[in-house]
Amino acid sequence: MPSEEVQVASKVGLHARPASLLIKAAGSAGISVTIGRPGQAPVNAASMLSVLALGAKHGETVVITVADGPDSDAILANLIEIVSTDHDV
Amino acid sequence: MSPGVVVGTIHRYVHAVIDQPVAATAHEVFAALDSVATDLEQRAEAVTLAVAKEVLGAQAMIARDPALVEAIAARLLDDKIHPDVRGAITDAFAGFRDALLSLGGYFAERVADLDEIRDRTVARLSGLETSALTLSKPGVIVATDLTPADTAALDLDFALALVVERGGPTSHTAIVARGLGIPAIVGCSGILDLDDDAHILVDGRDGVVIVSPSSDEVSSRQVKEESLRARAAAVTGPGRLSDGTPIALMANAGNEHDAIAAAAAGAEGIGLFRTELLFLDRTTEPTVEEQIHMYSRVFAAMPGLKVILRTLDAGSDKPVPFLNVIAEENPALGVRGWRLTRIANDVLERQLEAIGKASVACDADVWVMAPMIDLPEEAQDFARRARAHGIKHVGVMIETPAAAMLADKVIAEVDFASLGTNDLTQYVMAADRLDSRLSDLTSTWHPSVLRVIHQAASSAAALSAPIGVCGESAASPHLAAILLGLGVTSLSMAPSAIAEVRGYLAGVDRPTCVHAASLVLNARSAQEAREIAVAILGE
Repeated sequence: MPSEEVQVASKVGLHARPASLLIKAAGSAGISVTIGRPGQAPVNAASMLSVLALGAKHGETVVITVADGPDSDAILANLIEIVSTDHDV
Repeated sequence: MSPGVVVGTIHRYVHAVIDQPVAATAHEVFAALDSVATDLEQRAEAVTLAVAKEVLGAQAMIARDPALVEAIAARLLDDKIHPDVRGAITDAFAGFRDALLSLGGYFAERVADLDEIRDRTVARLSGLETSALTLSKPGVIVATDLTPADTAALDLDFALALVVERGGPTSHTAIVARGLGIPAIVGCSGILDLDDDAHILVDGRDGVVIVSPSSDEVSSRQVKEESLRARAAAVTGPGRLSDGTPIALMANAGNEHDAIAAAAAGAEGIGLFRTELLFLDRTTEPTVEEQIHMYSRVFAAMPGLKVILRTLDAGSDKPVPFLNVIAEENPALGVRGWRLTRIANDVLERQLEAIGKASVACDADVWVMAPMIDLPEEAQDFARRARAHGIKHVGVMIETPAAAMLADKVIAEVDFASLGTNDLTQYVMAADRLDSRLSDLTSTWHPSVLRVIHQAASSAAALSAPIGVCGESAASPHLAAILLGLGVTSLSMAPSAIAEVRGYLAGVDRPTCVHAASLVLNARSAQEAREIAVAILGE
């Protein structure tokens, strides 16, 4: 399962617009995607409530993991791009 | 409140309360949740008001949340009819509810959305669908309170006005009604006691409901409302008196959206930007970089215009989590405003640094003032520190009697002053402005308050320093004219009040304002002061 660490770039952290972009992308991936803090139990990245409750702040490191599938690497790259972009600008 | 006068029949809106067991299979629960989500999505699609669209879209996402479905599934394991699913549903929602509540701020606000989705799902399963806001004929919507989803679903052609039992002037119902441009009254206790077919008049400006009004009552209120609107609509452009004296009419704001609304209302700048609203939902202090970002966005909404930022006005009444201000016996008299430098000096220093840096590369004309200043030394200290960060125009709020009485010495340390009349009134009258039992004592019309304002304004004039007013008083046309007569040079108010004040001031000249002001200073009571003002200045 491809997995990568990334820093939350949005100033507001992972809520509001940055969170909804991530959730929409994860929900349309067609395979399981999780997000969490390194070393802690991850949550479903397609769940608004779970991602909000994670409460990841600006500059924090999170791990995104995508289940194995033909497009896993491309899906992961897209999600990393979303989290590492500052959407508030 | 939202102004306007209408007459109509009551349409009572009641949320269904499900106090009977609700039997269902897990599959039926999911189907109900799904139909609630679909309904929200359709309403989000149909509604035009941007704020309502956002709220409904976010609610639909929550209703479609896979984690929520999993949590419900875990509590309804067998494929059978469960005799009562209410407990399982409430439990499933409660886990997320607690998590969001503990995060505070933005997250805690989502709890109301969760509750609404839970209640709608249960109502749908029970067959007792919440009575829809679909009206077959025009009516006045009457309710305990209205949620964002309720108001978003309002049938605009038929909703004449909103009257709710709960809520204050900044509640959701009031904001939406103003956005729709229909009259609204909030906090109207007893409204639900009226008969179902009651015929009522709603005057949103005066906050008055009249049951079975006479035709004279209806026409006199309608005529008055129309003439006030016509006057507000007749004048545009910068504020000025009938003799041409310019009076800058600015807006109060607390976030970027307010600033955009202010620009749309024709405000000549932001006369009071409450920076603490950017901090209230933060559990940690925003970094200097984050603050630069926040202030820059506000400045960007006001290109070429003046923006007066007030430094952090927090304290035990408006607690900012990371400041850890202890609960005080008398919060209004405690460690608040600039006094926070006594316990959190670095926070204020970093705020000034961020404002200074954000003001360098912006198109707005940035002014900065400190709240709760008592002494000339405090004004001097603030001015020195703000200027060290490159802030060009520094000022103080005059909101304590101490600062007003010594205004000649206090204002001499800075470039401008701003009268915070809400707090100044409560301190001069020694009456808590939040205590409704004392509301007659908290009017700025009290001659004692007006004399204190006169003292401060005269001191500012002697120093040729601008002195504005930011407070409810600036939004009252007659009081605004009196304040100008007392020597005030600019006014800042809610964006929605600007048109009316602008229209009124265009009909009075400076000598009349000065004359009226000199007379009200000798009035015996707030009521007499107001009567004199109306008599001299005109309705």
